[in-house]
Amino acid sequence: MQEKNLCSAVIGGVYQVREMLLPRATKMRLTALGLTAGTQVRVLNNKHSGSVIFCVRGTRLAVGKKIAEHICISGIK
Amino acid sequence: MEQEKELQVGFVGNPNCGKTTLFNAYTGARLKVANWPGVTVEKKEGALKYHKHQFKLVDLPGIYSLTSYTMEEKLTRQFILDSDVDVIVDVADASALERNLYLTLQLIELGKPVVLALNMMDIVQERGMEIDLHRLPEMLGIPCIPVSARKRAGLQILIHTVAHHKEKRQAILEHQHPEREVPSHHRHNHHEEFAMVYDDVIEDKIDELTERMKTAGFKSSNYRWHALKLLEQDEEIVAKVGLDLSDIIDRSYETDIINEKYDFIEEIIEECLVNKQTKAAMTDRVDKLLTHRYFGLPMFLVIMAAVFFLTFFIGDWLKGYFEDFLGWFSGAVQKGFAAAKVNATVTSLIVDGIISGVGGILTFLPNIFILFLALAFLEDSGYMSRVAYVMDGLMGKLGLSGRAFIPMVLGFGCSVPAVMASRALEDPADRRRTIFVTPFMSCSAKLPVYVLFSQMFFGKSAMIAAFSMYLLGMATGIATAFVMSRIERRAKKDTGNPLLIELPEYKVPNARTIAIYVWEKVKDYLTKAGTTIFIASILVWFILNFGTKGLVTEMSESFGAIIGRAIAPILSTAGIGLWQIALALISGLAAKEVVVSSISVLFGIGNASSSAGMTELAAVLAEFGFTALNAYALMVFVLLYTPCVATIAVIRRELKSVKWTVATVFYQLFIAWLMATLVYQVGRLFF
Repeated sequence: MQEKNLCSAVIGGVYQVREMLLPRATKMRLTALGLTAGTQVRVLNNKHSGSVIFCVRGTRLAVGKKIAEHICISGIK
Repeated sequence: MEQEKELQVGFVGNPNCGKTTLFNAYTGARLKVANWPGVTVEKKEGALKYHKHQFKLVDLPGIYSLTSYTMEEKLTRQFILDSDVDVIVDVADASALERNLYLTLQLIELGKPVVLALNMMDIVQERGMEIDLHRLPEMLGIPCIPVSARKRAGLQILIHTVAHHKEKRQAILEHQHPEREVPSHHRHNHHEEFAMVYDDVIEDKIDELTERMKTAGFKSSNYRWHALKLLEQDEEIVAKVGLDLSDIIDRSYETDIINEKYDFIEEIIEECLVNKQTKAAMTDRVDKLLTHRYFGLPMFLVIMAAVFFLTFFIGDWLKGYFEDFLGWFSGAVQKGFAAAKVNATVTSLIVDGIISGVGGILTFLPNIFILFLALAFLEDSGYMSRVAYVMDGLMGKLGLSGRAFIPMVLGFGCSVPAVMASRALEDPADRRRTIFVTPFMSCSAKLPVYVLFSQMFFGKSAMIAAFSMYLLGMATGIATAFVMSRIERRAKKDTGNPLLIELPEYKVPNARTIAIYVWEKVKDYLTKAGTTIFIASILVWFILNFGTKGLVTEMSESFGAIIGRAIAPILSTAGIGLWQIALALISGLAAKEVVVSSISVLFGIGNASSSAGMTELAAVLAEFGFTALNAYALMVFVLLYTPCVATIAVIRRELKSVKWTVATVFYQLFIAWLMATLVYQVGRLFF
């Protein structure tokens, strides 16, 4: 299980969220959208300049680099 | 028979769940839009009569949860707890049930009667998904009514349920947890009372906190909710309760509470949702193209070009008819007044001042109408959030939000709709920066000035000279945005909002939603911006037609000319220190197109746009020592200086602050003067 963040995620990959090292307000907003530690996400798009689109609990979210690089994930087979 | 007291119903739900469409379906035209007291969030209220019941419906802002982090959430929370609302309708997107239920659970915990409206059931059916509508109410303890706002199905049943749910005749809660790892030892079996039950540790603490609050005399209609908020260390509630509870609340239980909610949601989905859709929906397929690494941007530019085309070419075509009508009308009034021997001054005031001024308001209307139609279409279809994503990286480097791109592009046509379009930006600092920058995108009204002067003085290079104006405008705009964002970041006013946006499913835009949206914007424009433009037009008419001796026949004797002569010296550093030019620039405040016609009139040329007129004008100007360099400096000044009154009016409307509007005006005047001066003085060294 490698330590990596959402920025390095592969398009089409499914990952598990380990933790979110973000300010409380941002974290709460993400939580309300379904993103919590332990949830699975499926990456739909990744502009390697930073912004990522992923699917969590049936919701599609787009986040910028500053957020994506602080969402720690681990790969799932 | 139910008593006929008015029932207050609040509509709550996630953004993009069709809440507004549902709300509009009930209220139709009987809508009242205002602001929540003290904030800039819109409040929509409507009335409805159904059978013998009278309803007052309130549409609350779209929210994802009920924390105290955003204005919208705090407002909704307060509204539900403190006001007389009788029933809450929780509108959920049934095709994205898992996420929507998070808000539902929080709403139920607030303690007021809730009815769950499962919207977009038609989409659920299309995708072959099924929701167990018998089991869901058993697990949630509230009525769950399937509806489709789009197809207008289920609306009567929903409102009927709402009417009868006020007494909160609870559905039987029947909920069995699958074999829990740790069986509960909690004193009460909360499962009979509450849908959402937490683990023992938390339930024990809830009991302790409730006891403490009661003993301390803190009155509440819902201790459980307050206890949960205290455990989450919700700032607002901690302050409100004001007790020292550090012996019970050893740490924040926020994460635990959230995780347990989601665990319950997963159970609900497991039991109630059948055929959870797995194949990639149409949305993903479209997104592959529209948010593609390489194609995303070009696709966006194509779409923007289409919006641009519609707004300005078709809008201008319609505008032509308006202008023809205006000309006819104005002429007819003039003739009529002359026949009725009306005083010449009054005639002038009415025809040249008022009709011309009000007409000025109306001529923008086709552009505004089409623009908002196009934007509403894009927004309702779900595309706008993709724009934010596609433009984010690029715009971010410039200190602007991805969504700021649209207003800026529109600014090339006309600043008025461009500034109005900045409403799409959520963050006020963002919006302010965008509004500051948008007028630098050279609007189409300035083009006649460039064309005239570049053709007069630059001959073969005329196109290049004119085009350089656009580039200069963009550069100035970008520099302004960059500097502003750096300043705000340093003053810690700007939180450096990183992108965080939901990309909803694409859907066919709803005609009704769009119609209501466009109508509201048009009405807005006509009333607010209209009054300012009206007054300003009269003022401009006055200073151009009156002098120290009263009504003047020669513009050179008007107050305007006096002001022009006073200003001219300042402009001389930029090589444009002629009072006629100063006056023409002032008249450009009414509308930039007027600059050319003013120059014609003030220098005594018949039609400056004709080639004969141009030669004549160039000769006249040459007598004043006016060369190509002066002409270029003038173009720069026109490019950058204060926009027309219509734009100032909408800026004031969008910024809702006189202070910032004045700041914009002075900033632009200053930059215009500075750049024109720089161009002239530096140019003089070389040419």
